[in-house]
Amino acid sequence: MKKLITLIVLFASTVVSAGTLVVNSNQSGESSKAAFDAYVDAFRAAHPEVTVVVNEFEHEAYKTAIRNFLTAEAPDVAIWFAGNRMKFFVDQNLFQDVSDVWADAGLNDSMASTKGSLTVNGKQYGVPWGYYQWGVYYRKDLFDNLGLNVPKDWEEFKWVCAMLKKNGITPITIGTKYLWTAGGWFDYLNLRINGYQFHMDLTAGKVSYEDPRLDATFAAWRELIDPGYFLEDHASFSWQDAQAPQINGEAAMYLIGNFYVPTLESAGVVDKMDFFQFPTIVEGIGVAEDAPTDTMHIPSGAKNVEDAKKFLAFMSNKEAATNWATMGGMLSPNKYADKPTNRFSVMGAEMLAAADDIAQFWDRDANPDMAGAAMEGFQEFMVKPDREAKIRARLEKERARIHGPL
Amino acid sequence: MTFWERNQLRLAPFLFLAPAILIFLIYVIYPIIDSIWVSFHEWNGMDKEGMRGNGNPNWSWVGLDHYITLFTDDDEFYVSLFNNIRWLIFSLLAIPIGLILALFVNQQILGMRYIKSLFYFPFVINAVVIGVIFTWFYNPKYGALAYVLGFFGLDPVPFLADENLATYGIIIASFFPGIAYTMILYITGLTGVSREMIEAGRIDGASGFTMLWNVVLPQLKPATLIAVVVTIVGSLRSFDLIAVMTAGGPWGSSEVLAYKMYQESLFNYRMGYGAAIATILFLIMDIYIAWFLYRLFKNERSEK
Repeated sequence: MKKLITLIVLFASTVVSAGTLVVNSNQSGESSKAAFDAYVDAFRAAHPEVTVVVNEFEHEAYKTAIRNFLTAEAPDVAIWFAGNRMKFFVDQNLFQDVSDVWADAGLNDSMASTKGSLTVNGKQYGVPWGYYQWGVYYRKDLFDNLGLNVPKDWEEFKWVCAMLKKNGITPITIGTKYLWTAGGWFDYLNLRINGYQFHMDLTAGKVSYEDPRLDATFAAWRELIDPGYFLEDHASFSWQDAQAPQINGEAAMYLIGNFYVPTLESAGVVDKMDFFQFPTIVEGIGVAEDAPTDTMHIPSGAKNVEDAKKFLAFMSNKEAATNWATMGGMLSPNKYADKPTNRFSVMGAEMLAAADDIAQFWDRDANPDMAGAAMEGFQEFMVKPDREAKIRARLEKERARIHGPL
Repeated sequence: MTFWERNQLRLAPFLFLAPAILIFLIYVIYPIIDSIWVSFHEWNGMDKEGMRGNGNPNWSWVGLDHYITLFTDDDEFYVSLFNNIRWLIFSLLAIPIGLILALFVNQQILGMRYIKSLFYFPFVINAVVIGVIFTWFYNPKYGALAYVLGFFGLDPVPFLADENLATYGIIIASFFPGIAYTMILYITGLTGVSREMIEAGRIDGASGFTMLWNVVLPQLKPATLIAVVVTIVGSLRSFDLIAVMTAGGPWGSSEVLAYKMYQESLFNYRMGYGAAIATILFLIMDIYIAWFLYRLFKNERSEK
């Protein structure tokens, strides 16, 4: 009994003592968990006075859990995403202003490239720890067999698709069952045709879905849909299901994020694969890329703010920042971090460094409600392109409901 | 005699029921009333005192607005409602199929016990697993169905990617555990069928379908009633298979009310709107349960 009481007292004291830092994490995958653990271990070594307690959540379950724990029992640090997803909680006063961490730890310099996505009204509300590129992952062996080169512009891209199709290969694989992959296509087509600013205005609800400038985006998409360049019946496949045709050599290209690479490695086809940047469509439009950024925040209800700030500021540690990002297959937003060694990450880092603007991704830039409705519309358009007018009218109605009249 | 001694017998049942009633009130009745209350408000699920990014409050009274929107301005609501009706009608098919299987396995043949348990097995499997298995089965590229159709020279049917077929594809998957369940109900029912009546029927010259329809089925009425009730309630609650197999897609065409409620309140941050859908689903179930209780009481009274 005495032992039990001591245990309880000990437990209670570790929970409430000032030196305890509670971190809620969504890093549940095997490699991402190892990467995060490495960061925590490095932090423990540098700050032995702080006891770090990590609560690990499953990645998808975390998205609904965070709303509860931020209001009910806030941790000291919570992992989350940049862009609109962060802004939602900032608007609710659930994340703290951490501009001082940016200033004191020199992040304004080392993290300059992602600063914009963590900023609301001139203040920073979180610190990024990793991001990754999107682009076209393609079967180099299939391209070589047919003597095809990496397409640089839209005409070349369509020509490559036509050649692949003619030779019995599905030009583009995609699985739209969970919708977001269609969001990636819309992002890139719209960014390449109407540019970053227009795209951001659209995701912010400031532009009508019936705006004539979007005609060109849908028309370009149709140029791939009508000749049947996308994988057939894609609405029945998840993004993982859609990997199979490419791994089997039946499909050539896949517009997806860099998280695809571990699958290619374990499937043993990584040597046949290569990567290219989404081609230019309209000349003179600034090059913007999708690079979703994962972040850390201090909830307003945090009890140990002082140590939480140390935990965020530790991202200025070059080695810790490098390990966390690269072990999980991501790029570090810290520009002094060691360059990645994986060739896909190397290409991604170069591409993103040269980009004029960085978008987060459709369902991270847009309001969650609007994002869902829109991606459903994109999926429908990819199967029934003739319904374009009806779909856009529906999306505009939804936009007006969420963001109000223009 | 003290008060307790005098009223002990009268009070005891209420005391024994009290804990159950209390829990029922807290975990069933209160949430129902609260959901109805929430459905009259616009709420994003966050702090009720707080403000949204656009300056509107998180929680505000909107009266019947959500219900008006649902009925006049939300096509997806009608899609979900219509799908619920399809579920209700077509999932009843599991009952006659279960009966046929029950009659089939209700024979004295060596090893029939094992066959019975094999037929019952699908009911033991988790719905999520069934959903995953059927998703693979329907996979138009590598699925079993595509192979079978290909064998007969037919093109694969993308059940789950077709807006008109998706719901039926999921209902067929729901037959897998549904049939097993009704079969077990009928097997138990069949053990209670009176042998004398069957003998008497035989003497009167009944056999085959006449025997089944006029002699056996009337005796299986209690089993049929339970089968119908469970199947209908199950079809109104259908959610897990939809979430796993199509996630409501393609483009929302296989959503039902329960799934739409989940989508609106948990993913779209529209608690009030989701609560309005929940209330409508609750009313639909209520009509049905009231009708069912009415029939049950009427039957009991006539039996007395």
